[in-house]
Amino acid sequence: MTEFEPKIVAFVCNWCTYAGADLTGTSRIKYASNVRIIRFPCTGRIDYMLLLKAFDEGADGIIVSGCHPNDCHYTSGNFHARRRWIMFRSLCDFTGIDTERIKFSWVSAAEGAKWADIVNSTVASIRAKGPYTDYKKVAKYPEKEVNHG
Amino acid sequence: MSKIGVFVCHCGENISSTVDCEKVAATVGKYDGVAFSVDYKYMCSDPGQSIIKSAIAEKGLTGVVVAACSPRMHEPTFRKVCAEAGLNPYMCEMANLREHCSWVHEKGEATTEKAIDLVRILVEKVKYNQSLSSIKVPVTKTALVIGGGIAGIQASLDIANTGHKVILIEKDPSIGGHMSQLSETFPTLDCSQCILTPRMVEVAQHPNITLYTYAELESLEGFIGNFKARIRKKSKSLDEKLCTGCGLCTTKCPTKKIPSEFNEGLGNRTAIYVPFPQAVPNKPVIDRIHCTYYTKGKCRICEKVCPTGAIRFDQEDQIIEVEVGAIVVATGFAVKQPDFFPEYGYGKYADVITGLQFERLASASGPTLGEIRRPSDGKIPEKIVFLACAGSRDPAKGIPYCSKICCMYIAKHAMLYQHKVHSGKSYVFYMDIRAGGKMYEEFVRRAIEDDGVNYIRGRVSKIYEKNGKLIVNGVDTLLNAMPVEIEADMVVLATAGVANEGAEELAQKLHISYDPYKFFAEAHPKLKPVETNTGGIFLAGACQAPRDIPESVAMASGAAVKVAGLFSQDELTREPIIAVVNRQAAPVYSSCVGCFLCVSACPYQAIEKEEIKNRNGEVIKSIAKVNPGLCQGCGTCVAFCRTKSIDIQGYTHEQMYTEVMALLNEY
Repeated sequence: MTEFEPKIVAFVCNWCTYAGADLTGTSRIKYASNVRIIRFPCTGRIDYMLLLKAFDEGADGIIVSGCHPNDCHYTSGNFHARRRWIMFRSLCDFTGIDTERIKFSWVSAAEGAKWADIVNSTVASIRAKGPYTDYKKVAKYPEKEVNHG
Repeated sequence: MSKIGVFVCHCGENISSTVDCEKVAATVGKYDGVAFSVDYKYMCSDPGQSIIKSAIAEKGLTGVVVAACSPRMHEPTFRKVCAEAGLNPYMCEMANLREHCSWVHEKGEATTEKAIDLVRILVEKVKYNQSLSSIKVPVTKTALVIGGGIAGIQASLDIANTGHKVILIEKDPSIGGHMSQLSETFPTLDCSQCILTPRMVEVAQHPNITLYTYAELESLEGFIGNFKARIRKKSKSLDEKLCTGCGLCTTKCPTKKIPSEFNEGLGNRTAIYVPFPQAVPNKPVIDRIHCTYYTKGKCRICEKVCPTGAIRFDQEDQIIEVEVGAIVVATGFAVKQPDFFPEYGYGKYADVITGLQFERLASASGPTLGEIRRPSDGKIPEKIVFLACAGSRDPAKGIPYCSKICCMYIAKHAMLYQHKVHSGKSYVFYMDIRAGGKMYEEFVRRAIEDDGVNYIRGRVSKIYEKNGKLIVNGVDTLLNAMPVEIEADMVVLATAGVANEGAEELAQKLHISYDPYKFFAEAHPKLKPVETNTGGIFLAGACQAPRDIPESVAMASGAAVKVAGLFSQDELTREPIIAVVNRQAAPVYSSCVGCFLCVSACPYQAIEKEEIKNRNGEVIKSIAKVNPGLCQGCGTCVAFCRTKSIDIQGYTHEQMYTEVMALLNEY
């Protein structure tokens, strides 16, 4: 049996983590190829419904990363993201969504190596957890069975 | 129906060595809505750009995805290409196949698959892109220069000479910076003050330059072309208009034993002081921490002796607000201070000093008037040891980088010492001699060959005192790591150049990036060395990385040109990446319900209340409205909005959800 390759979606801000991941590239630091980066202007822009959507569509793990506190290009977007994340996490816990599959982190434009570490550790932990199927089955159920005709 | 063109770049071999570019182009070419797909060796080159242009014209493309390097690198290039071919530039997106894929993964199936995924999400996104037009904003043609060292001085003069106004702020009582502390400069051995002080005077007298010394940046708002800076003018306890700079107060001040910052603690100053005789402005400030009046409530001698009555004990810090269009950050560096070198006894032995302290000893205006006398007893050292890389290139000390200037100034120091103490012996412990620069290597050879400085390749493990001598224990790696012991009279440490204390805080005020060592980050290490990632803010000198004087000056002039270029336009165009509140036909007007959560979320106060009135002038509905001039496009309001009534152009709900769905729902 081949090893399970998790699908990881990364929601990152343009100014810090996207640039940090660029630096990982310019420094030629290798990391697992399971991650797909989606660029946002700021972590403050990240609507957490997108995370649910990603799980719904088949993601096994998610990384959300932006500028370190106080370093936000837009002053306070990352603080809003963090505050909402705290709320969202407890809501997920309450509803039974596995929050261990969401990695929330700060990676600055200078932290190319940190980005590689975060991707590798997230891939390893999601690989250990296996595919995320619970939520997906429930979410897909009505779509297939109910006839809207 | 969309007609998307996909252009996959090999980037020479940078992408094609690990990603099968032909397969990417072929696979993506089969997707719905993709009308054209091709791979090419260099998409950014002239022939590459022509491929894009002719495809837009011939196939009537409605959107373009360039799969190449990071959009942070070439997005403007390809957007311009689209615009030139008649396609709205905002219908162009870039998939980052180089930094995020080919450079970070091994060659193989999985890497090519990832590349296809990255292209696919942008193909789907671009289907929802809208034609946007850039926003025009006015430019305030005044520059703010932070830091009055040689870099700040050069930048100020260069900008001022192009006819634009400059506000120069300096945290210390005088401009001049570290360069004013130096004795001679390498590789010419010309006197630092002699070349610097005329520039300082020029700054003070220039009609286009407003100089605020003893002033710091309090806060900054706004964006390129339209910054609002608040400057804290620290109280000098002095009416500068009345003060004539006669200096009577400084001679009469009874508090005389304060270590002088300018002399790096090797001399003393008074509580009311001018940092050095050639200071600009040559007017004193009162150091309130040490002044007897402020600490004990009595004295006021300076007030009594002042012939013009200029002393103001009750003066308070003043905050001034200025509007500027561009900022040059030239805040310089610091040297690593005591307790960093316990093994070298710095701080414990008076005769173990830093390179900057040696500069003061060698300087004609220094505490010894240019004679090399050791701090402990004032004797002329007969044996002197210089240690290169004291902290630098030492990952164990947390400073893996090379401080760059030390090899040169050590050669200079040893040379100056030999010129002044003919009978003396000087030793330099070094790891490598890094003398890259015009006439630099020749300068070091001169120190070794003409002036007889003994260079020993090896490091020093310990320095301790014995019978009034400093015993330097090291090794000579060119003699099979043979232990070397030198009984020295004085030791000079070439301490690492580090970021200023408070550099991080300043970067956060300016919203510019900084590296792990707290040096400010340039926008691109090779092609944008003086720009930051924040539009309108530029870097000059050693605040970006350790720099010598010629480099700092070159950077400053470079930054000045960037500022002048910015000021050559009356209006700037800004990316139309801004938030918009939706509007609908009556009677709904907008899905916004007027909760105004977005107002509190907005970091720029860009959202205001808009009242919708009927023909009788009665308010029927209050909704949010984004001021496009103030909005910077962070999108925080978008994520906040409970009715999804605000959307951000370029990163709309449709686009972001499409990206997520396209990524995971494979074809």
